[in-house]
Amino acid sequence: MSNKVFARPRALTDVATHYCPGCQHGIVHRLVAEVIDELDIQRKTIGVVPVGCSVLADQYFNVDCQQAAHGRAPAVATGIKRVHPDKVVFTYQGDGDIAAIGTAEIVHAAARGEKITTIFVNNAIYGMTGGQMAPTTLANQITATTPKGRQEDSAGSPIQLSEMLATLRGAKYIERVSVNSPAQMAKAKAAIKKAFETQLSGAGFAMVEVLATCPTNWGKTPVEATRWLNENMLPQFPLGVYKNANEV
Amino acid sequence: MLEKVLMKGNEAIGEAAIAAGCRYYFGYPITPQSELIEYMAKRLPEVGGMFLQAESEVAAINMVYGAAGAGARVMTSSSSPGVSLKQEGISYIAAGELPCVIVNIMRGGPGLGGIQPGQADYFQATKGGGHGDYHCIVIAPNSVQEMADLTALAFNLADRYRNPVMILGDGALGQMMEPVNFDSCKAMLTDKPWATTGMGTRDKPNSINTLQLQPEKLEEVNVHLQAKYALLQTQETRSEAIWTDDAELLVVAYGISSRIALSAVKRARDQGMKVGLFRPITLWPFPKSELADAVKMASAVLVVELSSGQMIEDVNLAIRCSKQVYFQGRTGGMMMKSSDIYDQILQIIAPQGGN
Ligand SMILES: Cc1ncc(C[n+]2csc(CCOP(=O)(O)OP(=O)(O)O)c2C)c(N)n1
Ligand code: SF4
Repeated sequence: MSNKVFARPRALTDVATHYCPGCQHGIVHRLVAEVIDELDIQRKTIGVVPVGCSVLADQYFNVDCQQAAHGRAPAVATGIKRVHPDKVVFTYQGDGDIAAIGTAEIVHAAARGEKITTIFVNNAIYGMTGGQMAPTTLANQITATTPKGRQEDSAGSPIQLSEMLATLRGAKYIERVSVNSPAQMAKAKAAIKKAFETQLSGAGFAMVEVLATCPTNWGKTPVEATRWLNENMLPQFPLGVYKNANEV
Repeated sequence: MLEKVLMKGNEAIGEAAIAAGCRYYFGYPITPQSELIEYMAKRLPEVGGMFLQAESEVAAINMVYGAAGAGARVMTSSSSPGVSLKQEGISYIAAGELPCVIVNIMRGGPGLGGIQPGQADYFQATKGGGHGDYHCIVIAPNSVQEMADLTALAFNLADRYRNPVMILGDGALGQMMEPVNFDSCKAMLTDKPWATTGMGTRDKPNSINTLQLQPEKLEEVNVHLQAKYALLQTQETRSEAIWTDDAELLVVAYGISSRIALSAVKRARDQGMKVGLFRPITLWPFPKSELADAVKMASAVLVVELSSGQMIEDVNLAIRCSKQVYFQGRTGGMMMKSSDIYDQILQIIAPQGGN
């Protein structure tokens, strides 16, 4: 008898995704799905997908899903969770979705201690619309709307959402991770698991910020993109646990 | 027993919603609807429901989207500036065919406007309001009792047609106290096999997604919505016609304006003038054929609104501009007096009456 050591998680559908080669959205999807499988919550999970490159993620996650207006996923998730407090509700959002147009919704969901889990994919750019400046775009980073690089004195400085949300009492677990290496992926998965467990325990709001590549709009090969992430994003967005109220 | 209690219109909406099975409310305070949000904050926990004050109207309507998509009977309420903020969410709700009730207790605009009653959100409510080809069902009560009865109807219509329903009231109706009972407010609950409740024993996940990148598919969505709207046009128009059979002058008004107009019409009738009142109760679908019928005997129409003239466009369309149409409107939170309407009736009728 052979033993299957690698298979598609039940919480992922059997379709090819539309993500570009080297895009890390797919890795993050897989980690979320593995966690859903391991916690055995597929049949009671409801996902909320954003406007952004992952707008079609409801076709990839094999769980009930709603697609939210741009930035509104935490409000939509709040509505679902309040109706079904015994179910598991997560949002999956990009940086433009969560830290620009939807800043108010995420801050207040966290402040209320909404018992939801947020997966925040930070690729420092607007992927879906073709590479414009994001709220997490680095100082001097060139994008389609910052052709000379992001000038902090006029275009502002990158928003560190994990650090911001960690100040709120309702936020019970906040961690920033990357998926740039197998070791990092293992850490990211552990973080995602903790974030779902925080919801299952009824403690409150949890978010995992995943630093991710967008080779297409960074104008880099997948390999160059991982290097660029390590060299440029890590100093601005240090990895680590920003809040772990479960332990206190 | 038809025992009546004295209540404000805003509170009557809240109590009727609860009677109709609404257990979820998301809103943001704004005058002149704050009695409603406060009523829900107090009442919902008493019946095992859930109240949440959102951080904005944008968040509130998206919470409604989530809750409605999750299968709940859910409501939000606001007043004009707040309802403007809800428009993005309402477009998504209409596209997702999610049943919910949205209350607009209108005040004078534009901009921050004032806090006194207005009816200037008619265009926004009936013509879409947000982006895309969609309609809310729009219902306009004109008494506290109707605020109760029509709220219950709103929930039932929302579920039956999987469509957002807007109750379009105004600051006067919201604040006025009248006797009301809730005997007719019954929940007619429907199955929602499409709702995202977690897969449970289903073998396929449910998804609510309003994105349709293929134009052919998106056109199909629109064709489907338009078929529903066409059905609504034939099935769900509501109106009231008073002394219209022999009316030579037909006054058309809805909501609070219809109350003021009715007393002017009564006075004119007392004076032997053949004047009638036509009151649309559904503003969308607009009772076009009912109005066309009511106007048959008339030679003129007088439209009365607390706006610079919005419903008057639908009146003209319904009667195909076949009669002379006069207008009386006030704006900014000012109200016309019934004597103002009476005077205009006299002016219109007198030359024809030949006195
Ligand atoms: C209200 C609204 N404004 C703008 C857009 C256009 N838009 C679609 S996705 C997007 C940015 C997405 O970027 P991000 O959230 O970082 O996700 P990514 O695509 O990078 O995964 C924008 C601006 C929209 N769909 N809706
Ligand atoms: S544009 Fe960027 S974020 Fe979007 S799928 Fe391609 S690589 Fe991924």
